[in-house]
Amino acid sequence: MDLQGIWFFLWGLLWAVFFMTDGFDFGIGVLYPFLGKNDTDKRIMINSVGPLWNGNEVWLITAGGVTFAAFPLLYSVMFSSLYSGLMLILFALILRGVAFEFRSKIDTKSWRNVWDISIFAGSVLPAVLFGVTFANIFKGLPINKSGIYEGSFFGLLNLYGILGGLLFLILFMFHGALWLSLKTEGDLNQKALSASLKIWPILLISAVIFLAASWFYTKLYDNYISNPVLFLDILLTVAALLAARYFIKNKEFLKAWISSSVVIIGSVFFGIIGLYPNMLPSSINPEFSITAYNASSSHLTLKIMLVVVIIFIPAVIAYQAWAYYLFRGKVTKEDLAYDESY
Amino acid sequence: MDTVMLSRLQFATATMFHFLFVPLTLGLSIMIAIMETKYARTGDKMYLSMAKFWGKIFLINFGLGIVTGITLEFQFGTNWSRYSAFVGDIFGSLLAIEASAAFFLESTLIGVWIFGWRKLSPKAHAAVMWLIAGASTLSAVWIIIANSWMQHPVGYVLRNGRAELSDFSAVIFQKFAILQFLHTVSGAYIVSSFFVMGVSAYHLLKKQSIEFFTKSFRIALLFGLLFSVFTALEGDMHGVHVTEVQPAKLAAMEAHWETATRAPLTLFAIPDEKNEKNIIEIGSIPGLLSFLGYHDINAEVKGLKAFPKDERPPVLISLFSFRTMVGLGTLFILLTVIGWFKRNKLVESPLYLKMMLYSIPLPYIAIEAGWVLAEVGRQPWIVYGIMKTSDAVSPIASSQVLVSLIAFILVYGLLGIAGFYLIIKNAKKNPAL
Repeated sequence: MDLQGIWFFLWGLLWAVFFMTDGFDFGIGVLYPFLGKNDTDKRIMINSVGPLWNGNEVWLITAGGVTFAAFPLLYSVMFSSLYSGLMLILFALILRGVAFEFRSKIDTKSWRNVWDISIFAGSVLPAVLFGVTFANIFKGLPINKSGIYEGSFFGLLNLYGILGGLLFLILFMFHGALWLSLKTEGDLNQKALSASLKIWPILLISAVIFLAASWFYTKLYDNYISNPVLFLDILLTVAALLAARYFIKNKEFLKAWISSSVVIIGSVFFGIIGLYPNMLPSSINPEFSITAYNASSSHLTLKIMLVVVIIFIPAVIAYQAWAYYLFRGKVTKEDLAYDESY
Repeated sequence: MDTVMLSRLQFATATMFHFLFVPLTLGLSIMIAIMETKYARTGDKMYLSMAKFWGKIFLINFGLGIVTGITLEFQFGTNWSRYSAFVGDIFGSLLAIEASAAFFLESTLIGVWIFGWRKLSPKAHAAVMWLIAGASTLSAVWIIIANSWMQHPVGYVLRNGRAELSDFSAVIFQKFAILQFLHTVSGAYIVSSFFVMGVSAYHLLKKQSIEFFTKSFRIALLFGLLFSVFTALEGDMHGVHVTEVQPAKLAAMEAHWETATRAPLTLFAIPDEKNEKNIIEIGSIPGLLSFLGYHDINAEVKGLKAFPKDERPPVLISLFSFRTMVGLGTLFILLTVIGWFKRNKLVESPLYLKMMLYSIPLPYIAIEAGWVLAEVGRQPWIVYGIMKTSDAVSPIASSQVLVSLIAFILVYGLLGIAGFYLIIKNAKKNPAL
């Protein structure tokens, strides 16, 4: 595979890892008003991701940075076309991050209410909007010859886009419910467990609908048909989804959570594989599409960046894995008594 | 207003707000690391509570710095898409390296530091803060290299309708970047040290936790004194280099219209940009501008008239931001030198303590003014000499940018109020010992 091809899949991988890691943070934020019925439960929910969410969010920064570095034209067209949606995501992420940080610093109801709303909104919006965005990328955007977007924000809210948004939302809620099942005990644990059981069939149905809709709305399956071995990605994803259900039944929550991680990576790659070599297909004329080849940086930059990524990304994975390991185990009421807890 | 102006205002709002938090992160992380190391070595609980007291403020500040930093990376794509496509080969890589080599470490470890008090030994916990400090500094290195490339582009060729990388080491080791990095980081240390001294002064004035805050004050004073002097000396070198590579910026920041040898420095002026002269000039010192720019009183200094009208930076803003920065910088040396002589009798010097308390905002103003000079003084170029700001903007409707600009002002305004309220609240607390 050539440099552009390698970078195309690295690009997909970075987004996928972002959705896998920050995905359960988003999911917990969405479940937050439903499962967190009192202040203690709410704080346990936030603290279950407390030490990790910051590092998780950097995958977004890196995915964005790599898009800029390796595919400047894609970065430029994608982010300016999706202006309003992206701004909404950014504001949502700001509010969510500040809410984690600020909420427990003052013990009054009105102060905490403000940040409770921020946590919920700051999680729902990115979850849905990232789904809408990626579904629209899979489908193609009205990009003209000069790389200018000829649509509007509301144009993104088409049926397939909305299906993508819902799929992401449900996927992250499932992922988050499993993380909570892993990290909590007692009543909250029961609620998280039953939430994951309720979400699972909805997720299965949404996934099937999305896979079917992709047949009608996108050209993603072209790559699969010309190279059927690629269907393994879909099989693996579905298998992981079934495995998750099995592990929930056996109360093996870590394995269930790892399975849902595989589901997220597999789902993102379902689209990435189907897109190749397109990165932003034009719905006006396929010749106007932005591809890994017409959008890429110079060979020198791609080579230097490859060295950077080969050195640093494994290091990042290593120290993030250490952080996850360090903060293994349940978050309890006693943990909340400490000054530094969220 | 058009998309260009709105986008400029939006970027200025977002960066200047972001930069209210970055300098304190850079300096306070090192001071907290020193406190924790002292605790790990001596077991003196005083240093532990110092690390915890300053740590709390640090975290609020750090959180705001992180969330406001994210929008910046994406704004290059949303608002400056033509710029992004033109420079992504170089500028984009620098941002991506920053994220993967520095920002990741910093963000992952901050969680470890907050929640790791009971899981790590004091030594390991102190080491985590050292790594956070190191990674934040490394972040600054890459961001400054990227900005320096906009100020003074090197190591590129114009090919395929864009700037492509031709010499990576020329980009990362260029003199402009080194000078600008040293200037920015030492300025950040001044912000942090004045912050710690000011808050300590508040408590010393109230005569509470005297030993605690005397120690904090002295750690910060040493920082403040060293870096106030260093920033000024280094700033002089930086100025000489700017004169060489960005002569229009020098002319604008001095409101210097006519090319002249033995050029005078005017202490204060009000420029009339339309008629290409100064309305008021006070305190002209012959030869000083030549000396500052070239370290030679007879050197020729290019005036603004030597540049086409559409290639001159806004004179008034450049002039005032430069004077604000330099004037305050001089004051910082003065205040820290006085502090050095009073370091053993701080409690008996209420007037000095009061001055230091009210000086907290000054380094913030100075460092923001420095950035205003750097960025406004580069205009009309976004990449000096090769791309104009007006050619860099995204092909998007100005209404979109207007809405997001208003959202930025509202959201950041409220965040600023909440954030500074929390910082002040925690800073006023008498620390638990």
